[in-house]
Amino acid sequence: MAEILVYVDHVDGAVRKPTLELLTLARRLGEPVAVALGNGAADTAAVLAEHGAVKVLTADAPEFAEYLVVPKVEALQAAYEAVSPAAVLVPSSAENKEIAARLAVRIGSGIITDAVDLEAGDEGPVATQSAFAASFTTKSRVSKGTPVITVKPNSAPVEAAPAAGAVEALAVSFSEKAHGTKVTSRTAREATGRPELTEAAIVVSGGRGVNGAENFAIIEALADSLGAAVGASRAAVDAGWYPHSNQVGQTGKSVSPQLYIAAGISGAIQHRAGMQTSKTIVAINKDAEAPIFDLVDYGVVGDLFDVVPVLTQEVQARKG
Amino acid sequence: MSLRIVVCVKYVPDATGDRKFADDLTVDREDVDGLLSELDEYAVEQALQIAEEADDAEVTVLTVGPEDARDALRKALSMGADKAVHVDDESIHGSDVMATSLVLAKAIEKTGYDLVIAGMASTDGTMGVLPAILAERLGVPQVTLLSEVKVEGGPNGTVTGRRDGDTASEQLEASLPAVVSVTDQSGEARYPSFKGIMAAKKKPVEELELDDLDIDEDEVGLAGSWTAVDSADERPARTAGTIVKDEGEGGKQLAEYLASQKFI
Ligand SMILES: Cc1cc2nc3c(=O)[nH]c(=O)nc-3n(C[C@H](O)[C@H](O)[C@H](O)COP(=O)(O)OP(=O)(O)OC[C@H]3O[C@@H](n4cnc5c(N)ncnc54)[C@H](O)[C@@H]3O)c2cc1C
Ligand SMILES: Nc1ncnc2c1ncn2[C@@H]1O[C@H](COP(=O)(O)O)[C@@H](O)[C@H]1O
Repeated sequence: MAEILVYVDHVDGAVRKPTLELLTLARRLGEPVAVALGNGAADTAAVLAEHGAVKVLTADAPEFAEYLVVPKVEALQAAYEAVSPAAVLVPSSAENKEIAARLAVRIGSGIITDAVDLEAGDEGPVATQSAFAASFTTKSRVSKGTPVITVKPNSAPVEAAPAAGAVEALAVSFSEKAHGTKVTSRTAREATGRPELTEAAIVVSGGRGVNGAENFAIIEALADSLGAAVGASRAAVDAGWYPHSNQVGQTGKSVSPQLYIAAGISGAIQHRAGMQTSKTIVAINKDAEAPIFDLVDYGVVGDLFDVVPVLTQEVQARKG
Repeated sequence: MSLRIVVCVKYVPDATGDRKFADDLTVDREDVDGLLSELDEYAVEQALQIAEEADDAEVTVLTVGPEDARDALRKALSMGADKAVHVDDESIHGSDVMATSLVLAKAIEKTGYDLVIAGMASTDGTMGVLPAILAERLGVPQVTLLSEVKVEGGPNGTVTGRRDGDTASEQLEASLPAVVSVTDQSGEARYPSFKGIMAAKKKPVEELELDDLDIDEDEVGLAGSWTAVDSADERPARTAGTIVKDEGEGGKQLAEYLASQKFI
């Protein structure tokens, strides 16, 4: 059976959910072989095996943390050469897309980014993508080389599928190019204790209507009652009310949760680009004409300062 | 020596228009007005600021696109860029990112560069990978997705910047020549002044075709692309939802709905 190379996104050995989703998709195409790089790489093996990885190739070296992108490209290329896979799958994130793209150039392959679904086809994997702020759905293929495809979070269910997951050390030697861009310092983002925005099943976002940094406590309280992540529109981020890392939209994060709640957000095209594929959409906005209402499954025309606190109380009461 | 900066700018259909695919499944550029991608305005802005800081610098804006893409170059020139390069060739129509990046890389090499600056992503394709691919093709460091950027020491100097990643914020450093991309957090782009608009009309725009870049027709366009789009379908409109007006019960009604959908 063909082997499918799956690039593992992990933080010090803790595998992030989109990688497990990717294993579900990889199993549709062949036998997943995972590649985990950097600190804690070997610690990823158990969970990857549980979800279908037949092999886990690992490598650690100071280069992965000290230089940008290229060391990872070279390690992934080494894995590609060792395995000769039928496809290379990478979880979509800003950095991972860059890694995938450079690999594609090196191995002479086409690349598809931000797929939301993958199926086996006669001429290789068929990728479903959303285009133009999710107003179109396209199906594409890589027509030259070994398909390199990045897949967005929440594109497939996580499924248990126990496999061997044998750990093998991957030999990597770095070229001079790997040392081109030095990471001179790194400040980790503070943990909020909330789910990761792109991975969350529920996202509650606030916009200009929240009207102040201090008022975001109302949005956070609702999010916490639902176990949700907190998002923000660019207007709220530009005003300095909430960190840019929480921005949803074209130039922020793209999310596709089971439930998206927008409070005080008008629904501009650039915001929609990042949330329109959410399964269920709910909005609270005092303007009945706000474009966000065109998208909603359920909308409340009203003042968020009235509606949101009552909703939070109700959720808490029902969850008891 | 003068610091040579090349800014890659894309001409895209207006995102607020009714964007569609053409019959050959490429982006329809006929029915919706085009403009300089807003995200590339940030790249032009940083290029101009770097040039202003440098002793001696020259900013060239480069686009690969149809005849109308000239509009994007004019806008960048009126913001203050010194000259423009336009690669326009029938055969390029339908090129994917691999084919487009090949053309851009050749055009950048022909123009001569110490620093390439791109936007974080195009607003139509939204891949966000072209700058990384350019760095790979040109064989120079990639210093991408910067929300802050600084260049010191002229053509043989260094570029430093801040990259706000998924889990951490990183400070990066590389020596020139290099490829940089900047985000919309890098600082608002300036508006062209009246003087700038008038001056832009006299600035040189060099027109290039594939022959000028030693690229074969079959390396670009639909045939030369390494990906193929088989179908593009308009997403069915979402079924109209329930909308209620809050008359004191809005929060409760919403909770009721969420419970009915098993979210609580
Ligand atoms: C290149 C580019 C990239 C962009 N990228 C993004 C992006 O990634 N993400 C993004 O979000 N935007 C992005 N934008 C900006 C986008 O165009 C909009 O400006 C932005 O989304 C507006 O944010 P908003 O909905 O919070 O604010 P507004 O459009 O001002 O809407 C605020 C809404 O709140 C409502 N409201 C006010 N008070 C209350 C109240 N008390 N109770 C209930 N409702 C209330 C109002 O009726 C209004 O509908 C981008 C723009 C460009 C040009
Ligand atoms: N046809 C083009 N001409 C010039 N620059 C481009 C072109 N396509 C993409 N770019 C540049 O590459 C960046 C990222 O594009 P993309 O990877 O397509 O999202 C853009 O912000 C531009 O700076």
